[in-house]
Amino acid sequence: MPTGAAGGAGVPQTPPAIELRGISKAFGPVQADRDISMAVPRGTIHGIIGENGAGKSTLMSILYGFYRPDAGEILIDGTPIAISDSQTAIRAGIGMVFQHFKLVRNFTVLENVILGAEDGGLLRPSLSRARKELRRLADEYGLDVDPDALIEELSVGHQQRVEILKALYRNANILILDEPTGVLTPAEADHLFRILRGLRDQGKTIILITHKLREIVDSTDNVSVIRRGEIVGTVRTADTSPEQLAEMMVGRKVLLNVEKAPAQPGAPVLDITRLRMIDRDGVERLRDIDLTVRRGEIVGIAGVSGNGQTQLLEIIGGFGEPGATLMGEIAINGKAIPLHGYGANGRTRRKLGIGHVPEDRQTEGLIMDFAAWENAVFGYHDAPEWQKGPLMDNAAIRADTESRMARFDVRPPNPELAARNFSGGNQQKIVVAREIERNPDLLLIGQPTRGVDIGAIEFIHRQIVALRDQGKAILLISVELDEIRALSDRIAVMFDGRIMGQDHPPDTSASDLGCLMAGVSPGGAPMTKGTGA
Amino acid sequence: MDFAIVLQVLDGALRLMTPLLFACLAGLYSERAGIFDIGLEGKMLMAGFAAAAVAAVTGNVWLGLVAGIGASVALALLHGLASITFRGNQLISGVAVNFLAAGLTVLLGQRLFQLGGRTPSLGGEARFGPVTLPFAETLRDVPVLGPIYAELISGHTVLVYLALACVPLTWWVLFRTRFGLRLRAVGENPASVDTAGVSVTRLRYQAVIICGILCGLAGAYLSTALAAGFVRDMTAGRGYIALAALIFAKWRPAHALFATFLFGLMEAIANRFPNIDIGPITVPSMFMNALPYILTVIILAGFVGRAIPPRAGGEPYVKER
Repeated sequence: MPTGAAGGAGVPQTPPAIELRGISKAFGPVQADRDISMAVPRGTIHGIIGENGAGKSTLMSILYGFYRPDAGEILIDGTPIAISDSQTAIRAGIGMVFQHFKLVRNFTVLENVILGAEDGGLLRPSLSRARKELRRLADEYGLDVDPDALIEELSVGHQQRVEILKALYRNANILILDEPTGVLTPAEADHLFRILRGLRDQGKTIILITHKLREIVDSTDNVSVIRRGEIVGTVRTADTSPEQLAEMMVGRKVLLNVEKAPAQPGAPVLDITRLRMIDRDGVERLRDIDLTVRRGEIVGIAGVSGNGQTQLLEIIGGFGEPGATLMGEIAINGKAIPLHGYGANGRTRRKLGIGHVPEDRQTEGLIMDFAAWENAVFGYHDAPEWQKGPLMDNAAIRADTESRMARFDVRPPNPELAARNFSGGNQQKIVVAREIERNPDLLLIGQPTRGVDIGAIEFIHRQIVALRDQGKAILLISVELDEIRALSDRIAVMFDGRIMGQDHPPDTSASDLGCLMAGVSPGGAPMTKGTGA
Repeated sequence: MDFAIVLQVLDGALRLMTPLLFACLAGLYSERAGIFDIGLEGKMLMAGFAAAAVAAVTGNVWLGLVAGIGASVALALLHGLASITFRGNQLISGVAVNFLAAGLTVLLGQRLFQLGGRTPSLGGEARFGPVTLPFAETLRDVPVLGPIYAELISGHTVLVYLALACVPLTWWVLFRTRFGLRLRAVGENPASVDTAGVSVTRLRYQAVIICGILCGLAGAYLSTALAAGFVRDMTAGRGYIALAALIFAKWRPAHALFATFLFGLMEAIANRFPNIDIGPITVPSMFMNALPYILTVIILAGFVGRAIPPRAGGEPYVKER
């Protein structure tokens, strides 16, 4: 396995823009980073990849002065520097784009850019200088943002540009981006990488932290892999492959493609006919949806988020938006189910055999401050096996959770721990275990692996396929096209509240699906609109 | 209704508005920085007592004013310590400040002056007197404008003019200076300030101290300008009314002027017309006196449209990874 600094490209004449030597950091008994050394040459894009909780974010927090390392030193342009706070990091030319933006939502772009970097006590001179500077940066790097727009009016992609502009306005030479594409649409992500390459070509150094292999392979010059707080290796991206990187990340071979036998679809479990949904504000969110999911098949819905997938999943799951108007029919195992009123809630839907892994596990799937064993029975807490007379049989639930945690490899396997204290992947395993182990006829699963590390992704995917092989119906929604293509037996595409065909085979090319997701037929012509009501 | 009475009522409104305006702006600084302050009432009370007590002992109202501000700032720092440094619950800390002030003023008052918690009556140099603006007397005879100038605009204490001046000053500080930008940012998203390399703690303490100074002015005005001495619980809920006005004003300085004037006007009307006859019914004076409080309830119940408080308000800032 390749190790050491920046591949074998020969000794650079100039010192690296940033060099870490033996950085270690522990939080109590947990060693977050251990003896991390790496060098990032000037004018390169350097990827740092690792599973969730591998220590990437801690390392970046050290670089930005949020934490002091227990040992080791940091060199900027060959000079050792003690980064004691964010101000020092900024002065050393380090700019940080956090995963969750640090913007003031009701401030303008200009105000956000100058905040903390004002020229003097009065705002006017700073604002006019920033206005000129933003225009220059927009021209130079294609970072176009209306300086007078309020942040809350901007799309997520534009908000991220503001974060980059903030760093450049402070003369950052080293730009660190933490999971920058987690919230972006594919088009926005492409634009971001064009910007980053432009910045690199102007001599800026960019560090890209991510757990998405595709991004590393597509856009970096070198990549360092972190596993359990240690650098596994630093390699030239050109000399490596996604499979090799994945193996380095998890320490064993992973299957990027899900192995599964061909589907053997049976009778329809879910049958949706001409479902329409008009939300409280009178906007039509779902337009004449026809969709069927049969026993023993996985139907994946691809689409850019915000095209109605969320609403569809929630309506089937029984917690659609209050005040919305629903028309059409949803049948489960051939029987129409009520869309409104009593009978249209999550509890009655679960009793019909619908399991539901919601898209956002932190707000809908779990109660973050409750213990794992409590979370493990939500929605099924009234099941007879967990009652003891008028009381709940908490001991039985704890015992059951413990064995389930073992089966699903939830770490740490401690049922008393609050959901908040598990990593994203382990939280998701708790939710997936809860829904799968009730043996549903139909499993609704939204973003099964969002923010989940590779090891857990593989595990969750295997569980979904195993459920399918038991003859269950699965409806999958994901913004990750690769995931849809790897898992689905059939792909439906949603655009603007419509299903753009539900019989696309899983080997449909990503670019064809991409066209459909943008509302264009793969030939290039806009798709004809649905027949209408 | 004749012109003179209208002028008298408006004049009264201006006087009664002043402590509310100081307190409202005090709350504005604090809450814009993300520190909810239910303790405006307590700080005003403490300041009112300290100002009256020092003025009574020294005979100098300016020393009283300084003492009032000092006492209020001390309580503000206590609130800051609890809610910024120790990340405590801001509502509970504010309530504690109110209780502390209510008890301490009476206790100290009785111990120092043996007047049942009151301070001696103030007069002469120990009290703020009216300021007569130039030409007030010569212009009095000009029709309409003359009386407005002489009666309504001239003849208030210096603190009334200071309060009015604080409105544009606050606007300017908030929206035209670096300090204001940072202050507003720290109340909306402290992480944005922190990652920009600016200390959240320092900014919030600065805001809390300004809040203390303004509450001090409000309290000192009550006991040494509006009244002539301190009596127990003399703030009578004005701190809470100022908070209601702040919500009504949606945390904006110019709106705060309007909101507090409305409350002042109602109090002035109640003072001038204790009983109003509407045909067969006489509206009792209790009802008139309760008007500002009724308005407070209506405002707090959200009848004035959506008021969005600063987003990070009430939450201690904990640095995340």
